[in-house]
Amino acid sequence: MFRYSKGTFAREVLMMCIALVFVFPLYVLVNMSLRPANDASSPLVPASQPTFDNFIQAWTQAGLGSALLNSAIVTVTSVVLIVAISSMAAYPLARVTSKLSTTMFWIVLVGMMIPFQVALIPLYQTMRDLGLLGSLASLILFYTGSQVPFSIFLYTGFLRTLDRDYEEAAALDGAGTFRTFTSVVFPLLRPITGTVIILNAITVWNDFLVPLLYLSGTPQQTVTVALYAFVGQFVSNWPVVFAGLVITVIPVLLAYFLMQKQIIKGFAGGLKG
Amino acid sequence: MTGVAELTRPVETVPVEPEAPRRRRRFVGVAQSKVLLVLAIPALLFYGFAVVVPAIRGGVLAFTNWDGLSQTYDFIGIQNFVRIFTTDSSLDALRMTLVFALAVTVLQNLFGLLLALGVNSGLKSQNFLRVLFFAPVVITPVVVSYLWKFLLTPDGAVNTVLAAIGLGDIAPSWLGDPFWAATSVVMMIVWQHAGFSMVIYLAGLQSIPPELNEAAAVDGAGAWRRFWSVTWPLLAPATAINLMLTIIGGLKMFTEVFVLTGGGPGGSTETLSTLLYKSAFQFSEFGYGIALALVLAVVVVIFSVAQQRMSKRGNN
Repeated sequence: MFRYSKGTFAREVLMMCIALVFVFPLYVLVNMSLRPANDASSPLVPASQPTFDNFIQAWTQAGLGSALLNSAIVTVTSVVLIVAISSMAAYPLARVTSKLSTTMFWIVLVGMMIPFQVALIPLYQTMRDLGLLGSLASLILFYTGSQVPFSIFLYTGFLRTLDRDYEEAAALDGAGTFRTFTSVVFPLLRPITGTVIILNAITVWNDFLVPLLYLSGTPQQTVTVALYAFVGQFVSNWPVVFAGLVITVIPVLLAYFLMQKQIIKGFAGGLKG
Repeated sequence: MTGVAELTRPVETVPVEPEAPRRRRRFVGVAQSKVLLVLAIPALLFYGFAVVVPAIRGGVLAFTNWDGLSQTYDFIGIQNFVRIFTTDSSLDALRMTLVFALAVTVLQNLFGLLLALGVNSGLKSQNFLRVLFFAPVVITPVVVSYLWKFLLTPDGAVNTVLAAIGLGDIAPSWLGDPFWAATSVVMMIVWQHAGFSMVIYLAGLQSIPPELNEAAAVDGAGAWRRFWSVTWPLLAPATAINLMLTIIGGLKMFTEVFVLTGGGPGGSTETLSTLLYKSAFQFSEFGYGIALALVLAVVVVIFSVAQQRMSKRGNN
């Protein structure tokens, strides 16, 4: 229905201008990370003598390698657990129509409304008593538990639109409950599983408050907390700080640009519920 | 909830005949067995451990003067809550939480809608722009906050641009003045999350059959009229989701304030989230911190319920 008219061209130019304003902070980020520490020229001028020294300094002094690894471990483990247990739970909650099932579903849904700060502080004590403070396990336990409600919500919504015929056929062929789930139901959930993975991965990777609390004062750090500590140390040396920021942004943006189609679709689709 | 399914269901899944009688009703089999509920147990255990049990304990601890370390604590009744509603610092934090949530909700939705309309109007660059506008959403808020902290320093990039276009005299002290510090937080959030709202509005826009707009155009409706009479009403579901997510996100916001302004200058941008963190973990007032968290929870629930009621009424 769209013809390419003069009006469209005007809109195109306008949107490009907005895009420039949008990109501006990212330009400054990269530009600053490339210049020597003593370069006092305006942050807008392209670095006259680009250098990678800042990156080397940031990498060796901020412990970003182990922080990236820790973030990856926490994110992957949590997301795998979330997908496994939420999809498994959603199956009966969407299918069984008993009072018990409805009650369980509502208990889970309430969890979507509670701000996680309410649980975070009391849980701090439990983690300490269990000797889990300072360990990646404390983060994994928290993220898995707190992300379950939203994931179950997405899974049940999707399951309710799927027909039961496949499951019943599997049962007639003699498959047990668990077998039916793993070989019939879970594969059918694939589209929504993509959404659940993306949404949870972004939440877990980007979180700052929980690792700040549960890992503080230990050498174990995730990327967000490592950056926080690193910036505090190098506060006057912006080029090095920016190199550190760029290093941590690269894997995220790379993953995003490689999968942008699925990510954007998944976001819109998953959240339209 | 059907929306999720509609957008993500595989195309090849053809629905069964709508009126086909369910002859298999007598077959209880897998799909109805209560044994199935066993599958929910692992999820409930994790959820119970990380959310339900601590939230209930929080409900108790909010009435104590627990310092987070001692084995003992005293029940002090509603003193923590009295303190929240009679102390200037916590009342200011409550007020700032509401101001931030309101400003972020309005601006992020307005801007997200404009971007969505822009990248859905047949531009040659629209796919590129969609990817670009969404990119900040995936960047870690800590990084975004530090980046903006630098952009907004007195001789930072933003003021340099203002000076370059002759507006150097009106360049405010972004992070040094209470009003501008709050404005900076909101600007940054909108920059980071406008693409998020855009994508949801875009999904809404694309679910509107083009024939409706074409018919309105044939009837002589101008662009503005078509927007108000056709597009905007049909965007109601997307608007409802966006509103709920931005309100809740705005109320709970922590990292952005904590890193960009640290609650300053002079506590002027302190929110319930940053105040409860400081109370519990910097001043060792866990009981008071949890009480603040409960107040935040109540505020979030009130706003979510109100928003859902309003959007339901809007649909009817």
